[in-house]
Amino acid sequence: MIPTIRRLALALLLSSAAIGPAMAQTNLRIGLAEDPDVLDPTLARTYVGRIVFASICDKLFDIDEKLNIVPQLALSHETSADGKTVTIKLRPGVKFHDGEDFNAEAAKYSLERHLTMKGSFRKPELSAIESIEVVDPLTIRLHLKAPFSPLLAQLTDRAGMMVAPKAAEAAGDKFGLHPVCAGPYKFVERVQQDRIVVEKFADYWNKDNVFIDKITYLPIVDSTVRLANLRSGGLDLIERVLATDIKTVREDKKLALSKTVSLGYVGLTVNLANGPKADNPLAKDARVRQALNLAIDRDALNQVVFNGEFVPGNQWVSPQNPYYQEKFPVPKRDVAKAKALLKEAGVKTPLSIDFMVPNGVEFRQVAEVVQSMAAEAGFDLKIRLTEFATSLKQSEEGNYQLYLIGWSGRSDPDGNSYSFQVCNQPQNTAKYCDKDVDAAHQEARAKTAFADRKAAYEKVAAKVLPEGPILYLYHSQVLVAHTDKLTGYKAMPDGLVRVIGLKLK
Amino acid sequence: MLAFLTRRLLQILPTIVIVSMLIFGLQQLLPGDPALIMAGEDRDPAVLEQIREQYHLNDPVPVRYLYWVKGVLHGDLGESMRLKSSVASLVAEKLPVTLQLAAMALLFALGIGIPAGIVSAVKKETAWDYGANVFALWGLSTPNFWLGILMIFLFSVTLGWLPASGYVRLGEDWRQSLATTIMPAFVLGNALAAVLMRHTRGAMLQAMGADYVRTARAKGLQEGRVVLKHALRNAMTPVITLGALEFGTLLSGAVLTEQVFTIPGFGKLIVDAVFNRDYAVVQGVVLVTSTIYILLNLAADIAYMLVNPRLRG
Repeated sequence: MIPTIRRLALALLLSSAAIGPAMAQTNLRIGLAEDPDVLDPTLARTYVGRIVFASICDKLFDIDEKLNIVPQLALSHETSADGKTVTIKLRPGVKFHDGEDFNAEAAKYSLERHLTMKGSFRKPELSAIESIEVVDPLTIRLHLKAPFSPLLAQLTDRAGMMVAPKAAEAAGDKFGLHPVCAGPYKFVERVQQDRIVVEKFADYWNKDNVFIDKITYLPIVDSTVRLANLRSGGLDLIERVLATDIKTVREDKKLALSKTVSLGYVGLTVNLANGPKADNPLAKDARVRQALNLAIDRDALNQVVFNGEFVPGNQWVSPQNPYYQEKFPVPKRDVAKAKALLKEAGVKTPLSIDFMVPNGVEFRQVAEVVQSMAAEAGFDLKIRLTEFATSLKQSEEGNYQLYLIGWSGRSDPDGNSYSFQVCNQPQNTAKYCDKDVDAAHQEARAKTAFADRKAAYEKVAAKVLPEGPILYLYHSQVLVAHTDKLTGYKAMPDGLVRVIGLKLK
Repeated sequence: MLAFLTRRLLQILPTIVIVSMLIFGLQQLLPGDPALIMAGEDRDPAVLEQIREQYHLNDPVPVRYLYWVKGVLHGDLGESMRLKSSVASLVAEKLPVTLQLAAMALLFALGIGIPAGIVSAVKKETAWDYGANVFALWGLSTPNFWLGILMIFLFSVTLGWLPASGYVRLGEDWRQSLATTIMPAFVLGNALAAVLMRHTRGAMLQAMGADYVRTARAKGLQEGRVVLKHALRNAMTPVITLGALEFGTLLSGAVLTEQVFTIPGFGKLIVDAVFNRDYAVVQGVVLVTSTIYILLNLAADIAYMLVNPRLRG
C-alpha cells in the first residue's frame, strides 16, 4: 500500500516537474517566536497568527510603510459628509482559494461573520457598524451607528480579512483548521507547535508579484535557537530578534537585519482607583506620579537594557508617529525636581510601592533599572515578578500599585489610547476617568481629517500626560533578520511579513 | 501470575480516578483567568462573558469536573480553547514524537549507563571507575538546555552537520528524522545515563560480594560469565524499575529539551497549554501521560518477574 502511494507521489512529482517551470521549488522558511493560535480571522487573537494571515488572507485594506491606508481587496473608499456611511468599491476578478468569486456578497458575508459569530474577537473592533448593504456586485456600503474614523484602520487587520463564504459556512467554527481566503498563498497543512505550510495560489489577483512557491512557518520559542537556525541555514527569516543579539546579526555577513519602530509601547500603569490597593500617595496625588516620571532616565534605560536600539517615549504613540504631540516631549531626568515634588506632596520617603512585573528577561531588567532610578528620588519599588496570565488577572482585580505592561499597538492611535484612557473601558485597569478626556476621544473618533484628529488628541495629551495614569517608557523595535538570499523584504510598522515581491535565490 | 496481573490491573482503576481528580483540582489552584487569556489583548467584556459561558467557566468546580469526566468516559478528552481542535487529536499527533524521542533517549541511557556501571563496579577504584564517576557527575550536573544549546552551536552552526532544530516524522524521511532527534535524544539520555550508571554500579558491587558469585567463581567459571550471567542478572532489578520510571518521565515530555530543539512533543504542548490556561489540553495530556506512567510501572513489575524467578508466585 505504502510503496504504491509513494510511487504515485513520485510520478505526480515528476509529471508536475515536467510541465512546471524548470526552476526548483523555492521554500521560504520563517521562524516564529510562538505557536500561533487558531487560524480563523474571526476567532484569532495572537500577534504571531497575524504573521501567518499576511500570506493567506488578504484584507480590504492594508497599511504602507508610512501607516497610510492603501487598498488591497478594496479599490477605494468614500466616507459620507456626516461620517455615517462608508462606501467601499471592491477589486474585480478576485478568487478565493477554493475558486469561489470574491464580490460584494462575499464581503458582506465575511463582515457579518466577524460581527455575529459566536466567540468572535472582531465584534468589538467592528461594533460601529449597524448594517452592511450590497450596492452592486462590486460595491458595499457600511452604515454606522455613529461616525467612527478608526474603522478603516480596523479593516487593514483581521477584521478586514475576507473568508470564502461556502467554505466558511461548511466548516463553521472549525474553519481555522483549514482556512480558505483570498491571499497570495493557500493553506496546505499544520502540525501543531511544529509547522504551518502554505503554497502559492495560482489564481491570486496579484500573482505576477508572488515569486516564492512555498512558505513554511516554524514556531521556535527560544530566541537563541531561532537565531542559531538562521545562521546555520535552517531558516531564511526570523521575527523578534532580541535587541542584545543585534550585534551578532550585524557581524554575520550572510544576514540582513531590518528594524522598524513598533506601533506599541511599554509603560507603567498606576492603579489610581481600582480597589483598596489604590489607597496610597502614588494613586492619590498626580505630583507623586510626576516625581516618579521625572526620576526615570529613559535614555539610560534604553542604553542599559536594549543597547540603545529602542526608542524612548512618553506617549501612547512613538515620537516618529504622525500623531505624536510635539508639545509634550520626552521628559529629561530631574531627580532634584522629583524630590521637591514629593516634598510638596508631603510624602514620607522612602515611599514603598508594590510593583507588579510580568516574568521575562527583558521586563525584569527594565523593572530593575526603573527601581534603582526611582530609589534615588525616594521611591522604594518592591518588584513582584508574576507569571503573565496571573498578572493580567491581578491587574483586573486591582491587586497592584504599579504594573509594568506593554501594548502591541494598532495602526490608528485610537487603538492605543481609547480603551486605556476612557472611563470604564476594558483596558482601563487604572480606573482613570475624566470627562474632558472622554469628550476629546469621542471627537477624535468622529473627525476624519488628520489635522482635526491630531488637535483632538492634543487635548487628550494635555490632560492625560500630567495626570499620569500610565507613565509611557519606550517603544520597542520590530526586529527581523533574514539571509541575504532573500530580497525584496520591506519592514512594515506592524512587523508582519508581507510576501508580495519577496524573492529567494 | 494471572492472579497477580488481575490484582494489579484492578488497583489501577482507583489510581486513575484519583489522578483525574488531582489533575482537575490542582489546575483550579492556578491563578489567572482562562477567559482573560482567551479574550486576547483587547479583553472585551462581551467576549469575556461569552467565553465563560461557552466553556462552563461560570459553573462550580465539581460540576465542571463532571462535565469533563462524562466526556472522557465517552472517549472525548475535550477541545482546546486556543486551537479549536480536539485534545484527542493533539495527543495522537504528539504521542509518536514523544515516544520516538523517549525511546532514543533511553537507548542512549542504557547504552552508556549500564556498561559504564558494570565497568566501574568490576574495576572498582581504578582509573576506569574514577573516569566513569566523573562522567556521571558531569551528566547529572549539566543542565539540559545548556548542553543542548552548546551542541546546536557546535554541530549545526559551526560544523553544519545536523539541523539546529525542528522535527521530521519517521514515516516521512527516517534519515532526517534521526538527524533531527539525535541531539535532543543524546541530551536527555546523557542525564539519565549518569543515574543508571550509579545505580548499576551500586547494585553490581553488592552482587559481586554475594555468596552465589563466590560460589560461581569457586566452580571455576570464567570471570566474564560470572559478571554478566550471575551478578548482572541479579543486579538488574533496581535498574529496571528505575529505567521504567524514567521512561515514564521522558514520556510526560521533556519540556526544556523540546523547547530548545523545537521538538513538537508533549512537553511543548503542555507548557503552552498551561501558559494559555487551556485547561482541556492540560487535563487531557496529564491524564494520558499518567495512565502511561501507571502502565509502565506495571510493566516494570512484570519485567522483575521475568528476570527474577523467585518472584513468580
